[in-house]
This record gives sequence, structure tokens and C-alpha cells, in this order.
Amino acid sequence: MKKKNLLQRTIIIAIVTLLGFYVVIGPRHRPTLHDFTWSGIKTTLASNIHLGLDLKGGTHLVMRVKTDEVLKNLTLADAIAIEKAAKDKGLPVKEVRPETSAGNYRITVEATDPSKLAEIQEAAKQKLGGDLSIWNSSISGNTIVWTLPPSAQSTLAEQATEQAQRIIESRLDAVGVAEPLVQRHGSQASHQILVQMPGIQDPERVKQLLKAESKLELVHVVSPPSPQSVQTYSTEEEAKASLGGTVPPNRRVLPYAERNEPTAGGQPATDEAQKQKKWVVVESPAVVDGSELRSANAVQAQGGGDSYQIAFALKPNGAQKFGSWTGANINEYMGVVLNDEVKSVAYIKSQINDQGEISGRFTKQSADDLALTLRSGALPAPIEYQEERTVGPSLGADSIRSGVRASLFGLIFVVVFMLFYYRGAGVNAVVALMLNMILMLAGLIIFSATLTLPGIAGIILTIGMAVDSNVLIFERIREELRTGKTIPSAVEQGFARAFVTIIDTHVTTIISSLFLFVFGTGPLRGFAVTLVLGLLINLFSAVYVSRTIFMWELSRKRKLESLSI
Amino acid sequence: MIQVFKDVNIDWLANRRIFIAISILLMLFGLGSAVFRQWKHPNGSEAFNMGVDFKGGTVVTVKFKQRPSAEAIRDALFATGAKDAIIQPVTDKPDTVLIKLPLEGAGEGSQTQVDMGRGRVKNGLDKFGAEHDAYEIIGTDAVGAVAGAQLRNKAIATTLAALVGILMYIAFRFEWTYGAAAVIAVFHDVLVTLGFFSIFQWEVSLTVIAALLTLVGFSVNDTIVVFDRIRENRRLHRRESLYKITNDSINQTLSRTIITSGLVFLSVLSMVLFGGEVLRGFSLALLIGVTFGTYSSIAIASPIMVWWEQRLELANRSAAVATNRDNQRPSSSAKRTSATTETRKQSSGAGRA
Repeated sequence: MKKKNLLQRTIIIAIVTLLGFYVVIGPRHRPTLHDFTWSGIKTTLASNIHLGLDLKGGTHLVMRVKTDEVLKNLTLADAIAIEKAAKDKGLPVKEVRPETSAGNYRITVEATDPSKLAEIQEAAKQKLGGDLSIWNSSISGNTIVWTLPPSAQSTLAEQATEQAQRIIESRLDAVGVAEPLVQRHGSQASHQILVQMPGIQDPERVKQLLKAESKLELVHVVSPPSPQSVQTYSTEEEAKASLGGTVPPNRRVLPYAERNEPTAGGQPATDEAQKQKKWVVVESPAVVDGSELRSANAVQAQGGGDSYQIAFALKPNGAQKFGSWTGANINEYMGVVLNDEVKSVAYIKSQINDQGEISGRFTKQSADDLALTLRSGALPAPIEYQEERTVGPSLGADSIRSGVRASLFGLIFVVVFMLFYYRGAGVNAVVALMLNMILMLAGLIIFSATLTLPGIAGIILTIGMAVDSNVLIFERIREELRTGKTIPSAVEQGFARAFVTIIDTHVTTIISSLFLFVFGTGPLRGFAVTLVLGLLINLFSAVYVSRTIFMWELSRKRKLESLSI
Repeated sequence: MIQVFKDVNIDWLANRRIFIAISILLMLFGLGSAVFRQWKHPNGSEAFNMGVDFKGGTVVTVKFKQRPSAEAIRDALFATGAKDAIIQPVTDKPDTVLIKLPLEGAGEGSQTQVDMGRGRVKNGLDKFGAEHDAYEIIGTDAVGAVAGAQLRNKAIATTLAALVGILMYIAFRFEWTYGAAAVIAVFHDVLVTLGFFSIFQWEVSLTVIAALLTLVGFSVNDTIVVFDRIRENRRLHRRESLYKITNDSINQTLSRTIITSGLVFLSVLSMVLFGGEVLRGFSLALLIGVTFGTYSSIAIASPIMVWWEQRLELANRSAAVATNRDNQRPSSSAKRTSATTETRKQSSGAGRA
């Protein structure tokens, strides 16, 4: 009976050990002879274990989507639409007041005649349709107040964040970052996105690309028609003055960086000259915007050389809108606006359907990047970077080296001590410890957990804590032996008594590691993972395996006089 | 058979006042350092030398071909507008320095910080030659003010939540008094370790928080081993006083305590010595934590538990006397309660043994 039990245990341990070995150093392809050499094992190990950015090198970015901008823009746009709806129906409106303080989005419409309020409300509802249904409206006195309830606010913010995440994914994909990780970060309400890019050392360009709002609009410039030249103003104040001091909701004053033609000598314009800004007044809303884009590409400018421009085409819907508008506005001036800056102004010679271009002084790379961000669509809201961490490959390799060195020294200290202090039983503990290490690596691979530098620290710590179970058991066995028990019953009692303590100590450590895993970020999670994994495996290696080794030792001789412990 | 401690018989609890006095003194030192630094800012220091993780700011790790002096680097950076740069050489790598830029401004300033830090350092260093030629930026950590505050709050919440979780578990497995004593001892360890970080102005980073949580787990481990023994001995020797049982239990588990702590200490020491700069804060926190975690399970947790249990017993007894007087009933409720707890412990223990 006992023999059979022992055999069963041995088989289980052998299977687990072999499986562990296979998972850790087994190649994922048909094994060749090379896979059994030292360098072969090293390469398989490196490809099997998923290293964190801090060891592999790469960039870790945390960004926040400024979702309040979305709500603000929505409030302003709807306010304009409501006013327009009322005016179209000839209903008297004294004032439309949008309010966009943090967390509070409101549109107050004041009417000169309170009896018309219901009609204004109805007109707005007709004009905006479903867009207005997320607002709560109430009438009191001579005002209607539309408020955006918190639930609608969070829904819109959530949508914006999800959209931003998709756009970031497609931009990363387009720029060719290998194996990027894009996911939500922190709590749902924090609207943060985490981007990890292995192998990217200098993230400047990618950061600019991801951040680029790339808001493209084609607008009507307020100006006398061609052949008169376009109406520009040299300062913003001057432009506002032309509108009577305040900018009405259907107008915008935008900077216009006038394009400098190369001078006669072919000298490119200096940066200073290019910065010279003028201002123009444009109509709002835009005729079409970036969401109607079908394609955008960087092409060489007509002058050739190093100057590039963007050629774009519109989707059928946008093309139709654009076509009918340009057809009706021949000789009027049209502006191409990028990120609230007028890039070029031209008069409309004939009806344009779906083609256009953004000229400007672009280099090949800036034109390529701009075309790429235009294609991926405009971000629904600006993003800001909150955390940036980069690790170069040399620093990562260095961390691996010192981590491995520290683990090896820790292991050597522990092994030497155990062998010296517990002699025969020490061998037992060392076998359990080695098995623990192998199974821990196997566990990391099976759960495709990421090994980080704190993760390596977790492994080192596990070495110390794993051996604690053995110490507890061995000390207990020694105690039992001192009370005069026979060897088999001392071993039996030692394991049984120590087991209660081992469970308690393991559970408490696992509790604190779990909190670290749930609340921790990035590398710290790696630490919690290795620690928990090490402790769980320890229950198998230090209790089950050690016990089996003792059983095997006891079964070899019929009468055991001494136990090396 | 080598045996470090054989038949030790030390009256630990007799020295409880000295132990607790030492601990309070240590905690007062740490607290004093934190308060003094926070108020007076000697050498511009604060209660804790918070790393970029919590304070925000930028740290750029730069490896030079020929390392210029710290002054030269600072001057080069100053010229490009990085005013308060701190240049910190890496101890075990003479060609590498850490360049730390504090957070500029608040609110929107955090934005510029995260975007600009690296570029600014790069511009400044280009004075020494082109990147990849004269120097190489091998790592950056830039954290904005918002993210820093978030990480800090999360760290504090995590540590406290872990403590509550442990308290619940021990209360479930032992008694409330045991759980409370263990948690007080662990809290003490965390405070003493933090005190060291304040006194020596070691940098507190995210990994240090991980170390503190590990320490929480480790120290409770140690306490539980002793408590487990107390629980067992109370079952075996009903007539012994709790005082004697506790002393005996500490002595019986002493060799295990010393061996385990010694081994963990050694593996942490190898991290301090060979783990490199990145793990330094982590391993230092653990080194101190392991030392005090071991000490506190003997010197803090056990005395508090004994004191508490004795007080409860006294309260029970006086309550029993009162009820006896009032109701003139022969059976004492104190005896009854203690009897039921005994049976409860016994039955749950028997199931496990």
C-alpha cells in the first residue's frame, strides 16, 4: 500500500518536472541538434519567456484624452445650431448662452417673448433631431435651459476615448511600430490610454504622430470674390474689429501662415519669414471636414525639389456636399484649415468634386506623417502625455545581467547554507528549490506573464521564502526527534504540524501580493505575479516533493537508525 | 547535527518595555526627520526624497563615451533652459549619469514636462557631440504631476488595503487580538523602514512601495509562525499561563526564525550588492524591512497580543464577578466564555492536525 503510494507520487512528480522542463527550454518547433547546445537553450529560453519593456527595451506612454474638450465643443456647436434653428423659423431669440465650466455643460436660451419658448424648443428639436435627445431641457420664465446630464457626459467621454484608442492603434499600425500594445489605463473615468512599443528608443516622432489632432476643414473665407485679392488682416484684433468687435457664432478668426514662394534666386524662405502670420475671417461651420476624407497622400510639389504637399480625396458624401458648394460659389475664396490654422487660400475657378490639396512647406517626412494622421482620422479630442518611460536595449540587457547575477548569488548562499546545516535533508530542500525555479519559469510561460525587473526581484525573494517552508518542516522534525519519537513518526508529525503554519504564512503573503497585482501597474504587476506563482508552486515543491523524498529515504531500509537532518 | 539554538529559554516578554521603547524611539526618529525636513527644508530636502514616480519630473539616463564633470553637464543643460537639473553619477557605472529635471509649474505645466524633458536634455548634451557618438540616452522616465499624484494615492491605498486584508485573514484563522497585534507590528515595520528612507533621504520610487508590500507579507509570515505555535501550545498545555506559553513558543520557533530571516536577508543582500541601480531602493527597503520584520514579531506582536488577551480576560472576569453578585448565580460567565473559546479552538485545531 505504502509502496504503491510512493510510486504514484514519484510518477506525478516526474511528469510535472518533465513538463516544466519542456515548457521552459523546449523549442516551439521541431527540435534540432542545436537546441540541445548551451546557446540553443539560451535562444529558446529567450523566445519562450515574454520579457517586459524594462528588460527588453522600448517605450511606455500613458496619455489622457481630454474628453472635456469634446463636451465643450458639442455644447458650443449645439448652441449655434439652436440659435440658427430659431432664426430660420423667425422666432425671436434675445440671447443664446453656452456654459462649459468643468462638469457643467448648459445652453441657456433667452427669448424676448416667453410665449414663443415652446416653439423655439420644437424648432431646435426638429433641426437637431437625435443630437438633442441626450440633453435635458426645462422651461422657466423666459428661458429654456438645456443641460447635459452626467450620464450623457460620461457616455460621450467614453466614446471619445474609445475612438481615440482606435485611431492611435491605426496610426501605430500605419507607421509600422512592431507589436505595439494599446490598452485602457487606470480607472474607466480617468480616460487614460497606455501605449507600449517594444524596441522604440526615441519616441519623439511617434509621440508627435499620435498626438497630432489632424483636424482638416475646408472653409469659406469671408472676402470679396476674385479677381479682388483675398481679404486678410495683419492682427487678430483687426480681424475681430471687422466683425464689430465680437466674433459671432457663425464666424471664426483664424491665423493664416502665408505661403512664401521661393524667391527669385531660388532661395527657400527662411523660418522667420514663414512665421509671419496674417489673419482671416472664415465661416463656421466648415463646408466639409476631415471625417469626409477618403485618402490623403504626400506628393511632390509642382516646383519639385524638397517641397512636398498633401493630395486628398473626399468620400462620396463629402464630395457631393463639396461639389454643390463649390459650384454655387465660383470665384469665392476657399481655405484649407489644418488644426485651426489656415494652410492655404485659393479662389474657386470651377466646380470641384472630390480632389484637393494642402500646400505648405512640408518636408517629405512631415508630409508623410501628416498624410498618415489624416488618413487615420482626426482625434475626437486632444490628448496629453502623462507618463513617458523609455528603456534602451543596453540598459535592459544590463538589468537582466544584474538581475540574473543577484539571483544566482542568492541561490548559492541559500544552497550552501542548507547543505551545510541540514546535510542530507539539505539536498532534499535544494532539489525542491530547483524544481520550484523551473516550475516558476514554466508558469510564467504558460500564463504568458511578463517578466520584469521587479519580477526578477520576486524570483530572488521566492528563493528565500520558498526555503522557509523547508526550514519550518525540518526544524519541526528535529524537535519531534528530540522528544524521542521514531524517525517515521517524527517525519510524519513534522510535516503535519508544519503544514498548518505553511498554509497560514502563504495565504497572508498571497493576500498582499494580490493587492499589488490588482492595484499595481506595469512592472510591479510582474513582481506580484512571480511572487504568487513562486508561493503556489512552493506548496507543491516544498511540501509534496520533499515529503516524497523523505518517504523514499524511509522506505529504502527496513529499520532506519538515523536521519541526516 | 548542527544546531544554532538548542533549548533556549529566554524570557522575552520580561523585556517588552525595553523593546517597545526602542521601537517607539526609532519611529520617533523617523517621524522627527520627516517633520523637520518638511518644515525646515535643510539642503532643499523634504520629508521623503520622492522619485519621479510620485513627484513628477523627468529622469534621463545618459551613457557617455567620455564623461564630462557634473558641473559641465549642468552648465550645458542650463544653457538650454533646464535650470534645476540634478546630475547624479551611477555608483557602479562610471560612464553613466542620471539627469533629473524637476517638474515645471503645475497643471498645464505637467504637459510640457512630459513632452519636453528628453528633448531638452538632448539639446543640452549635443554640446558634447552628437548623440550615439559622444553620448547615448539609454533611458527616460517622465511623469506628469497628475500621474504622479495618482500613483502616490494608489500606492498608499494598496498598502492599507493589504493590511486590512491580512487583519481579516488572521482574525478569521486566530482571534481579533492576534490579527490586530500582527497588523500593529507590521505597521511598525513599515513606519520604521520609511523612517530610514527619510533620515538617509533614499529615493522613494514605485519599487520601494512593492518592497513595503513584500515586507508586509514577510513580517506577517514571521508573526504567524510564532502565533501558530502559541495556538498549538495553548491546546497542549491548558494550565500554563499565556505569558509562559508565549515565551516558550518564541523560544521553540527561534531557530527557524533566525535561519529563515537569515536566508531571506542573504538573498536580499545579494540584491543590494549585485542587483544594480534600478533595484537599489527596493533591496534597501527589504533589507531593513526583513530585519525589523523579524524583530517585531518577537518584540512587538507577541507582547501586544499577550497584553490584549490578558486585559480581555480581566474584563471578562470582573464582568463575571459583577453578574455573580447581581444574580447570585453559581456559574461564572467568564468561565463559560473561556470554556467555549477553548472548545472552539480545539475542534478547529483537531480538524487541521
